[in-house]
Parts: sequence; structure tokens; C-alpha cells
Amino acid sequence: MVIVKAVAVTGGIGAVCGVLLAIAAKLFHIDVDQKIIDVRNALPGANCGACGYAGCDAMAEAIAAGKAPVNGCPVANAQAHEKIAEIMGTTAEEGEKKVAHVLCLGCDSLASKKHEYRGVKDCKAAAAVQGGDKSCDKGCLGYGNCVAVCDFDAIDIVDGIAVIDKEKCTACGKCIEECPKAVIEFVPYKNNVIVGCSNRDFGKAVKDVCKIGCIGCKICEKNCPYDAIHVTNNLAKVDYDKCTHCMICVEKCPTKVIEGDLTIKDQAV
Amino acid sequence: MELVSLFITSFIVNNIIFMQFLGTCPFLGVSKQIDTAAGMGIAVIFVITLASVITYIIHYAILVSLGLEYLQTIVFILIIAALVQFVEMFLKKSAPGLYQALGIFLPLITTNCAVLGVAINNIIYEYTFVESLVYSVGISSGFLLAIVLFAGVRDKVDYADLPESLKGSAISLITAGLMSVAFLGFSGLQL
Repeated sequence: MVIVKAVAVTGGIGAVCGVLLAIAAKLFHIDVDQKIIDVRNALPGANCGACGYAGCDAMAEAIAAGKAPVNGCPVANAQAHEKIAEIMGTTAEEGEKKVAHVLCLGCDSLASKKHEYRGVKDCKAAAAVQGGDKSCDKGCLGYGNCVAVCDFDAIDIVDGIAVIDKEKCTACGKCIEECPKAVIEFVPYKNNVIVGCSNRDFGKAVKDVCKIGCIGCKICEKNCPYDAIHVTNNLAKVDYDKCTHCMICVEKCPTKVIEGDLTIKDQAV
Repeated sequence: MELVSLFITSFIVNNIIFMQFLGTCPFLGVSKQIDTAAGMGIAVIFVITLASVITYIIHYAILVSLGLEYLQTIVFILIIAALVQFVEMFLKKSAPGLYQALGIFLPLITTNCAVLGVAINNIIYEYTFVESLVYSVGISSGFLLAIVLFAGVRDKVDYADLPESLKGSAISLITAGLMSVAFLGFSGLQL
């Protein structure tokens, strides 16, 4: 008899809970727009927050409500944007793809150090001690805060400076926010010619601290046939819209600070 | 006065995590950031208090009167699981703001041993209804205190220059152990 009572009580409580939950589910039912679910499934789901919303769920809601553009997710590729546009019944206008790039080439063998830093292996902590151990005030410190913050495993520290794999980079911009030295910048994905320096000091001052820094000599500016590179405040900058990848500046640069793949000379544009 | 001392005892002296080692799963899992740790702690306070009230009533109204005290564990689990589900639905509809804050933590608490532990302790210690209410608020506030303190320590440990083999869970467990030893200092407190 005891077992019957036990089964009845447990089963009874279970049944009552079940019925109450079923009633509650009907009572507290909220209509979720199918669009939100579809858009959420099309998003990458990294929850990185690069779109400016709290996560992919919030972004999906905003897209479905028409508050955010269908290609508002900087991480999703063109295909995913198209899919979201299809769900929303519009067309995605594909913006130019950008990637983050470290504007510093001062690896350990080329850039000098002003002191030996033995503290916590953290760029922000290192930067708090006299602006970091690199003599150059605008150099990558190489303690890897950007590596830690990257959700896509796109950054490596190579010989003391951060290098971003542009194939893996999704332009979420987290590293740009994290870097205490602000040496990371967005550049167009298709562009190959980039001045790998952020130092705006005069030529001698740059030369003293780094063998590969831009000294502002203007040789690149004078030699560029397309008016696509300019020196302002002692630092050369490529005009990515005008650059045709002729690689003349890369060849002429006396400190070799202009990055460019010489094998693709004249191929692009 | 007795209620105050019961609260302090359950809050610090018999801290649920550091002294009773209940609820260590969310304690280690959701303590990476202070914000989320606090969210989890508040959700636990909410659920434990509600669950112990309901289980107390069920225990004395149904189980004791039918002489089925030995069904305590399974019935309590059933009730807590259903209760958390219900609370989740209720919050989603009536307090979306609170749901957004607690939402992801609520299902995590469903099968948390801390909730069941408090509900069963209420019966074992033969507390009155008011005492069990104070006890469950005290215990769950102790959980909030422990998880927020631990998240703060972990925040700092993240910046430490650790040997490779100690990174991650290893150092977290060592930290938790040291904090538990520190809380042992309260155990002599007579209230």
C-alpha cells in the first residue's frame, strides 16, 4: 500500500506541476517573430558586439524591426548578408571589405628599447610605465592584448610585434579599441600597399629609435605616378582609393617601411 | 535577535560555498566577470527564497501529513524544476527587464544543488516558517557574496603572469580553496 501512496503523491505532484506549466505557457505566451529567429540563425553567432548591439540576439531583433541595416553585422560574410536580406525582402548593398592592420613594423631586431620591462605581460600595464619599453612612442609593444581580445584567432605576435592575418580578420574592431598605443587601423582588404609606421616625429628622431620607421623623406611622394601617397606631419600615408599597386614607392623607400607584395606588381586595378 | 544571528550564521559562518561546498558549479562557471556574477547571485537569491517557501509548505502540508517524508528529495527536485520554469515564463511576460538580466542564469539554477540543499536543510534543522525564510535569504546572500568576491579576485588573477600549467581552472580552484580557508576564520564565531 505504501508504494501506491508514494507513486500517487509523486505522480500527482508531477502531474499538477505539468498542468500548471502548460497553463502558464499558454497564459504567458509571447509571439516571437519568425523573422527574428531566421535572422538570428543567419548571423554568425559570435556575440562579439562589433555591430554595436549587445549580441547576435539583440542584433537580430534590431534587423527584423528594421532598425539596423541588413548588412550591419561586420563579421558576417557577403553570403550571410544576402541571406539576411532575403529574409527581410530587401537587397544588401555590399560595402567595401575592410581589415584591421598593425601600422608598426618595429620588431625586436629593428626597434630599440628604452628600458627593460619586467612587469605583467600586458600592453596596457607596460604602456603605463613611461609609455612602454619601446623607444618609439608609437610602436607596437607586442605583449598581445590584441591577441587575447581577438575572437577569431587572427592575430599573432611575431618577433615582438602584432601581425594580423587579413584572411581571418573580420573587422570587428575589438583590437583597435584594446590597443593602448593605437597602432591598429582599418585598411581596405584589397589594398596591399601600406605604410607600416605610426610615428610622426622628425626623420632623425624616428631613425634613432627604429631602423624601419618612416622618416618623412617624401621620396615615395615624389616618385608616385598616381599621386596616391602623401607625407603629412612627417608620416607617409597611402591614399587607398588612388593606389594602383605599382609598387614604385615600395621599391624606392629608403627604410623599407612601406609594406607591399612585390610579386603582385601592377596586377590589381 | 535570534533571527539576526541565524542570518549572519548562514550568511558568513556557514557560507554555502566556502563552508558547505554546495553550488560550486555556477560558482566556478559564472564568475569570470563581476557583472554576470552579481546577476547570477541575485537570481540565486530569488530562486532559493521562493523554492524554500514552496517546498516548506509542500513538505508539511503533503508529505508529513501522509507520512511520506522519505520522498523529500525527489519531490523537491520536481517542484524546484517546475518552479524555475514557471518563474522564467512569468518574468518573460511581466518583467522583460528583469528577465533580460536574469534570463540565462535561471535555467542554470534549475538543478543546482544549493537550492535543493537549502530546501532540505530547512527541514533537517526543523526551522519554523519564518526561520527557514531568514535562513534561505541568508544562505543565498552568502552565495552572492562568495561569487562576487571570487569574480573580483579572478579579474585580478587574469593579469597575473602565471606559469602555463596553472592557467585557467587550476588557478581558479586554488583561489577558491584559499578563499575557503579564509572563511574558515569565521567558524569560531559564537552568535
